[in-house]
Amino acid sequence: MKNKIAKLLLPVAAIVGSILFAALKYDSSNVVADADNAGLKLPSGFGALVVAQTGASARHLAVTPQGDIYVKLARPKDGKGILTLHEESNGKATITGGFGNYGGTGMYIKKGYMYASSNSEVFRYKLDENNHVISPDKPEIIITGLKMGRQHETKSLVLDNNDNVYVNIGAWFNSCQEHDRGLHSMGIPGCPILDSMGGIWQFKANKLNQSYAEGVHYAIGLRNVVGLDWNQQNNQLFVMQHGRDQLHDIFPEMFTTKQNAELPAECMYALRKGDNAGWPFMYYDQIQHKKILAPEYGGDGKKEADAKFIDPAAAYPGHMAPNGLLFYTGSMFPEKYKNGAFIAFHGSWNRAPEPQAGYFVVFQPFKNGKPFGEWEVFADNFSGSADKTARGRADHRPCGLAQGKDGSLYVTDDSKGTIYRIIYNKK
Amino acid sequence: MKKALVILFLIAPFCPLLIQAQSKPKPKTKVAGTSASIARGSKVYTQYCLSCHQADGGGVQNMNPPLTKTTYVLGDKTRLIKVVLNGFTQAVDIDGQSYSNNMAPHDFLKDQEIADVLTYVRNNFTNKASAVKLAEVKAVRAGNKKK
Repeated sequence: MKNKIAKLLLPVAAIVGSILFAALKYDSSNVVADADNAGLKLPSGFGALVVAQTGASARHLAVTPQGDIYVKLARPKDGKGILTLHEESNGKATITGGFGNYGGTGMYIKKGYMYASSNSEVFRYKLDENNHVISPDKPEIIITGLKMGRQHETKSLVLDNNDNVYVNIGAWFNSCQEHDRGLHSMGIPGCPILDSMGGIWQFKANKLNQSYAEGVHYAIGLRNVVGLDWNQQNNQLFVMQHGRDQLHDIFPEMFTTKQNAELPAECMYALRKGDNAGWPFMYYDQIQHKKILAPEYGGDGKKEADAKFIDPAAAYPGHMAPNGLLFYTGSMFPEKYKNGAFIAFHGSWNRAPEPQAGYFVVFQPFKNGKPFGEWEVFADNFSGSADKTARGRADHRPCGLAQGKDGSLYVTDDSKGTIYRIIYNKK
Repeated sequence: MKKALVILFLIAPFCPLLIQAQSKPKPKTKVAGTSASIARGSKVYTQYCLSCHQADGGGVQNMNPPLTKTTYVLGDKTRLIKVVLNGFTQAVDIDGQSYSNNMAPHDFLKDQEIADVLTYVRNNFTNKASAVKLAEVKAVRAGNKKK
């Protein structure tokens, strides 16, 4: 009997052993920056390497301590909507496979599960002790039936520490007009679509087949959020809103092309349950430091909005499209970065005919869980040159952010599919 | 004649066809008409189209379709005129790519402005296609109203 058990256990032990060996094998101490820092401009002491060229629309990503990278693709490549990569000790990774025949953006790992989103659903995959997906073809559908339009269709997600998942449901309008983006077209009274989009919904991470009825309408009045993260210091959800477009195109008498390029701010919001950030009835003007009534709802660029709408935690220049937000909790980077926020700005289009802007990763210092001090450009030149930035013809466009076990910062590019890793060299 | 040459010189950057026009005197007036339309269309483009389709007509990846050598721009003029009049909000791929942003109806533009801007677009951004005539826009708008 004992022998039988031993016989049965032997292969198990061998498998566990080999898995443990594999787990221990990944060692990032040999990771070195590329000679050209992957083409990026970085602060002194930092370096960067190209981890992989996926050639796919790489959106959000998750990196495991075992050196595996899971990348969510906007559109499946060869039938795979999630790519898996494995890193060698020098930091270079190869694509080892993929699964999930659906496009989307959300990708997050928490407490033994991977969460990934299509543009209308959220799936979860159980992970083994090495953070490998156990059944790639049998995810649990935890959230389903979320509305999606042609625009702002992606469903980003993040989890808190109490088994809740927060999902962005973007509004399918620019500013809730009778004719979307139409000249002089006024806002639909009350903007009734806010009941099911233009906000953040909270769901249970461990419950199947939830939809609007089972979810909590956590925050309203957010046009579209792509970058979001859970702040562990004050246990709070932070989101980056994509501000409205086309103030000049829609109301050329009120806004110059220059004003249109700068306004409104791209806002960071620190959210509490029940908060209303005011879209589409207002926008935040970072030059006047005021919440301004939207022209579609009777505004003129000066009239202030209802004070009930929350103030942003921080504001950035218009149209730069914040697609990734990450609170840095690692210890590789110098002390000032600890608990601060990295923001991946995908880059603008709605600044034309003025020069475009963005296509970089910004660092926002934090103190006691609140933005503190001026933001700075951390990683620049994803576009390839100042001229390419100005013309909006960037080579690469930063999108997702993730932190490695060693504290390095990963950045995806959803244009060409490059995966970057930024490290700190100085000892 | 001198005046015409000066005009031709001024609008030459907008229209490579002019070189041909100069060597063949007969179609000059016709091409000059097209050139004037292109010049007017350029202004309409800057005011109403550039912010989405960009100065180089290349559009915005995944959001606003390019106007460079696409079947929508170079193909059926009626369909193209209807895009301007009615906007574009359908979930349809354009030459295998999808674009998410809605285009609002631009039916507030005058028939001549639509003819000019489409002629400009069809003869700029490396495109080369026939002009869109005022009468064509009028006819499409009339048919459009009946719906």
